Amino acid sequence: MSSTMTVPILRQGDILIVTLQGDLGDADWAKLTDDLLARVADKRTRYAVLDLSVVDVLDSFACRTIVGLTNMVSLRGPTMIVAGIQPGVAFAMVQLGATLPGVATALDLDHALALMTHG
Amino acid sequence: MGDQESSVSSSRQIVVNSEEGIVLARQAGRAMSAGLGHSETDQILVATAISEVARNIVLYAGHGVVELEVTTGPNGSGLSIRAVDEGPGIPDIELAMRDGYSTGRSLGLGLPGARRLMDDFSITSEPGHGTIVTMVKWGGTAVPVMEGSPP
Repeated sequence: MSSTMTVPILRQGDILIVTLQGDLGDADWAKLTDDLLARVADKRTRYAVLDLSVVDVLDSFACRTIVGLTNMVSLRGPTMIVAGIQPGVAFAMVQLGATLPGVATALDLDHALALMTHG
Repeated sequence: MGDQESSVSSSRQIVVNSEEGIVLARQAGRAMSAGLGHSETDQILVATAISEVARNIVLYAGHGVVELEVTTGPNGSGLSIRAVDEGPGIPDIELAMRDGYSTGRSLGLGLPGARRLMDDFSITSEPGHGTIVTMVKWGGTAVPVMEGSPP
């Protein structure tokens, strides 16, 4: 259990798509942040999507990490969209008081891609 | 793992001394919550609350345990969660229960957030001796199988 999980980062044209595969630990979030920032350095990247559709827990630490990751990616240039937060997870986040200030969201990956290609 | 599919193991204890312990505790809690017949949303609320109290253990005490237990009350079954540590304790619980209050290592949402996620919540702490957070999510529909009960 001590090894970190590698989250695949796929490229589709000028879009990076990050699909989380399940429950991430703190070290996994840190590794994902590093990996995504490294990939974003690629000049072609205009957008990044963080697909959370299979994630079933976002605690305050994960929320803080997502906000930080989004800000870091944006500061580098590309626009980041967080997609697929499940209804139960959204409910839990609101109860917890953990929001994602300044983070663009989309219903799912398709919606996020539509936002990017159609403005 | 000789239990039948429909049964719910009645208690579990997870040592929490690292981020892996946090993940194990919330996954175990979610599994027990599902076994009790909690709704999908309640399972997520339980897992999120466990994650917050387990993280407090790692951040402030370094080491502790999360105890999960099936409980029964007047309105059916529930999942009882106790987060126990022998860390420095909390000098001012009222202050620690305020949204946004943190000694600097978190967003300060952990305890007040966990209270909102769960049905029952209580905390006792003795400076220098540790902290115990107890919380319950009611609304289980499955009949718990208690240890020692006939098959």
